Formats: sequence, structure tokens, C-alpha cells
Amino acid sequence: MGGVDIILAVGLNGSPYYVHWGWFQISAANLAVIVLMLLVFVLAIAVPFPGRRR
Amino acid sequence: MSARRTSADETWEGGYRPYDLVKEFVIALVVVGMLTVALAGVFSSPDKRAVTIAQWSRADPIDFATTALAELDGTSTTATYGPPYNATPGAGQKIGPISLQRLAGVRIPIDTARDFVLAPLGSLASDQPALGRALSVYQQATDAQRQHWTDAYAKALAHAKFRNGVLTVPGGDYGPVEPILARLVAFARGGGLDGALVTHSQFYATDYTKPLLFMADSTYLQGLAQQEHLLGGQWGMTNETGNFPGQSWLWLYTFWYQISPFKTSTNADALIWAIMAILTLALILVPFIPGIRSIPRRLPLYRLIWRDYYRSVEHQPGSTTGA
Amino acid sequence: MTVTAGGSEKRSWTAAVRRAGLRVLPPEKLLPDEQPVYVASWVYVFGVLTVAALIIVIGSGVVLALKGPAWWHVSSVGLFLNSVHLWSVELFFFFMVVHLWAKFFMAAWRGRRAMTWVTGAVAFVVSIGAAFTGYLSQQNFASQWVASQAKDGLNSVGIGAFFNVLDFGQMFTWHVVLLPLGIVAVVLAHVLLVRKHGVVPPFPARDSGTAVSGDAMGERDGR
Repeated sequence: MGGVDIILAVGLNGSPYYVHWGWFQISAANLAVIVLMLLVFVLAIAVPFPGRRR
Repeated sequence: MSARRTSADETWEGGYRPYDLVKEFVIALVVVGMLTVALAGVFSSPDKRAVTIAQWSRADPIDFATTALAELDGTSTTATYGPPYNATPGAGQKIGPISLQRLAGVRIPIDTARDFVLAPLGSLASDQPALGRALSVYQQATDAQRQHWTDAYAKALAHAKFRNGVLTVPGGDYGPVEPILARLVAFARGGGLDGALVTHSQFYATDYTKPLLFMADSTYLQGLAQQEHLLGGQWGMTNETGNFPGQSWLWLYTFWYQISPFKTSTNADALIWAIMAILTLALILVPFIPGIRSIPRRLPLYRLIWRDYYRSVEHQPGSTTGA
Repeated sequence: MTVTAGGSEKRSWTAAVRRAGLRVLPPEKLLPDEQPVYVASWVYVFGVLTVAALIIVIGSGVVLALKGPAWWHVSSVGLFLNSVHLWSVELFFFFMVVHLWAKFFMAAWRGRRAMTWVTGAVAFVVSIGAAFTGYLSQQNFASQWVASQAKDGLNSVGIGAFFNVLDFGQMFTWHVVLLPLGIVAVVLAHVLLVRKHGVVPPFPARDSGTAVSGDAMGERDGR
């Protein structure tokens, strides 16, 4: 458990990636989370819900 | 005209179907539990080690000495902060005419010269007569005399060198200030100052106000933060060290600091807190705000969410009962 | 309903509380085994996902509390549990915000459900406070930086004089005791309000003839 943490955790502990647009900047990680949230929201509404028994 | 429309919104008189609340909850718990364990196992969590005063003074002894001098002569950020640390005249942010900062008063009293420099060194004086003499000369001098020494030393620090564990400055009339700061630098580098600042009155320590204020007055902590994109102007509030996701929900709070007039205002913190308090209250009170509360009705998104229901009801013209 | 003798029933606080509770939340409302047919979208699961994440947050927090705040820096099991705590918080906010978006676009405060929205929004705000004190409790560089920055905002409005972010002891006890109690209380109120009022019905369908027959026609001004 601990060993796996250390090996794979290097991925997020390295030098950070940032996206810049003028005075706006956001970390790649935060951007990924926000995009994922929007995607999940859209999918949650769009994906049909099973079990339409009346 | 406007009939009381709440009854239609309040209670559902239509059809129901079987549904297992407890099973749904247990499934959710298991799914979220597994997802969390997976994320934790793969990505772990950041733990950038805390910085000590010993580290700071070893990495940049001249910056340390410069900051310590500012604490001694009362020109540092903490020394001129105002409430809650001290009663610096005119200090304290305002929202319009009101300064909540000043109203709260000096509840965490800090005298930077005494607390960061003189008192920690005082504990060493009994074993170090030369230091004891320097401290006593400083304490008995007039304000004007002290100012003369500290001003001269401040200028000299711009040309300071640190070699073989010793801080040297060009010659000048610094009185006891030079030995006092030299001893403080050595004390800090040896690790003693960290402890002295925290356990000043008792053995057990949980309050790090003094060492943190001292470090925050320097550029060292800031330099480390900048590398991690944690500074205000870098939208730092939303960020975490490394590539970990941070606190994106603080986006609106930090946004105001990026734009004029807040970018350059000395009252930025107070004004932005006021704005965020109002907006937070607005979020909480959405159901009562005309205009905002009608937005969902005006957007067709709800028709997508409830499309099954609308399909069943609206494709049966003349029907008065739906599903 | 059992009939009890005399005025003792009327004077009993316990009986009064029990009657009030049963009136507001009878068992079939508290734990229903059916739901309105319009609850047919994945978007409805985000409330329970948020609660599930909160339980993982508190559970992992409890385990971290067993060994104290310094443990996770020196133990790989401790680090793993700290990671569980961090990621469950990320999921908690993730699900909560999606839930908030969904409830906004459904105008879920309709039909006397304003307090449901209010308690939900308050839960959001209190959670931010809990997360904030959590960052301060880490005892690493992040804690130092967050504390030294946040103090300025709080001091500027006088709060910093009473809520000292540089005081680890104070921030830790807020994080571990006070704010979790606050969140649980608000979330409990929120969930009980949902059970009491039921899931908000859809906006009335077009061309009336809605399945939400009942007394008034639910005519809406200007729609």
C-alpha cells in the first residue's frame, strides 16, 4: 500500500502545470476537475435513466 | 388572477413507483468508498514539509537579518499591521467609513522587537555576558539612539556578507544592534529560535502565531509559495502544491483580487470580504430573490431533466391524468 | 392511537415531541419505499453521493484522529488515510456542486421548499470552513502558507482577532470537533426537510392537463 503510493504519487508531486489566458490562470488539475464536473452534469441529465416501469 | 400556485408545486398527486432508499444509499457508499480508495492509492496526497526558522536563516541569513532588523525597529509588516497585533495609528482596513479591524481591537498583542528579538535572546543572556551587556545597552537607550543604530545597520545590511557562519557588514556606528542581530542569526541557524518563539511562556505549545508572523514578514516563504503558484496574483487561493487539484470553489473569492480597483487597494481584503459575504448571502437566499429565482423556469434545461414525465403527459392531448 | 388517561399526556413534553415528530415525519415519509414517477434521471443521485462522500470524510477523519495530527507524516498507512480523507473531500465538493447545479435548474425551492435550499447552501458554506481549517491542520508548508495569507482577509474584518488561523490548536479543534458537528447538523436538517416535503415536482407541463391535478390549477402568472 505504502509502496504503491510512493511510486505513483510522483505523478502529482512534480512541477505543476498551469494554463494562462492573460490575467487568468488555472492549474491543469483544477481545470480537469471543473471540466469533469461539467461533463458529469451533462451526462447525468443526458444518459437515460433505466426502469421506466409505470 | 394569480392563483395560489404553491399547491401544484407542493404536493405530488400523481403516480409513484417502488424505490429502495436504503439500498441506494448503501450502493452510493460502496461506490464512493471504492472511488476514494482508488484515487488515494493512485494519487496519494501532497505533503510539502513545513519550513522552519532554522531553515530560513540557513538558506538566506541576510534576508533573515534584514527581517529581524525590521522587527526590532518596528518597520516590518507585522510591526505596522495594526489590530489584532498592535495599535499602530491609522492601520486597519475599512469598508467605507467603518473599520471592523479596528473595532475588534488588539486581541493578539505582539511587540515585534520584544517578542521576536529581545525576549528570545534574553533567555541566553545569563550564559553570554557580552550579549547581556548589548541587550541592556539597547534597552536603556533612547528611541532616537536606537533609531540611529538601526537606520545605520539597515543601510549596512545591503552590503552584508555571510561567511563561515558569521554575518559581516561594513564598519559603522551600530551600537549594540550588530551583536544583537549576529547572536540572533546564530541562534536561529542553530534551531533554538523556533522553539523559543513557541514555548515562550510554557512547555506545551499549540500556537504558532509568533514564528509564522516572523516568517511571513520575509520574502523567503513568499519565494517558496511563488514556485508553487500559491501567490495571490497567481490565483493562489485555488491551488495546491504540485499537480494536485486544489480548491476551485474559491474561484470567485480570489477573482476580485485580480482586477482593479482591488488589485491595488489597501482595503482590498475587507472590501472583498464584504462582497463575498453579500454574494454568499445571496446564494443562500436564492429562493427569495426575484429575477434570480425565475432563471430556471426560463431556461429549457428542466425540460431535459424531466423529459420522461413531459413526454408521458404532453403526448396525450385531453388527458387530465398523466402517469 | 392509544388513549391515555387524564391530563398527563397533555403535560408530557416527551409525548408532545413524539406527536410533533410523527406529525411532521411519519415513518412512511421518513423511510419511503416509493418515489414519484418523475424522479427518473441520473441527476438525482448526486445528493446521496454527497452524503456518502461526507461519511467517508468523517470516517477517514476519525481514523486519523485515532493517531493524532503528526502520524500521517511518518507512516505510509497514515499517508494513505490522509489521501483517503483528501480525495473524499474532493469528491464531496464535486458531488455537492453538481447537486447544487441540478437543484438550481430544477428550482427545487418551489412549493415551500425554501428552507431545503437554504440549509443546503449553508452546508456548502460551512463545508468550505471545515475544508479551510483542514488545510490549516496539516502541519506542513501548505498550512503555513494558507495561514499566513488567510489571516489578512480575516483580520481585515475583525474576525481574525477571535479566530486565529496561526493558532494550530484552535484551528485543529474547530476542524475536528466544531465544524463536523455543524456540518452534520445542517446536513441532517437538509435531508429531513427533503423527506418532509418530498422531491420537488416538475414545472407544470405545457397545455395544462397535468398529472398534478389537485385543487388549484396551478396557473402561473406570465408563463
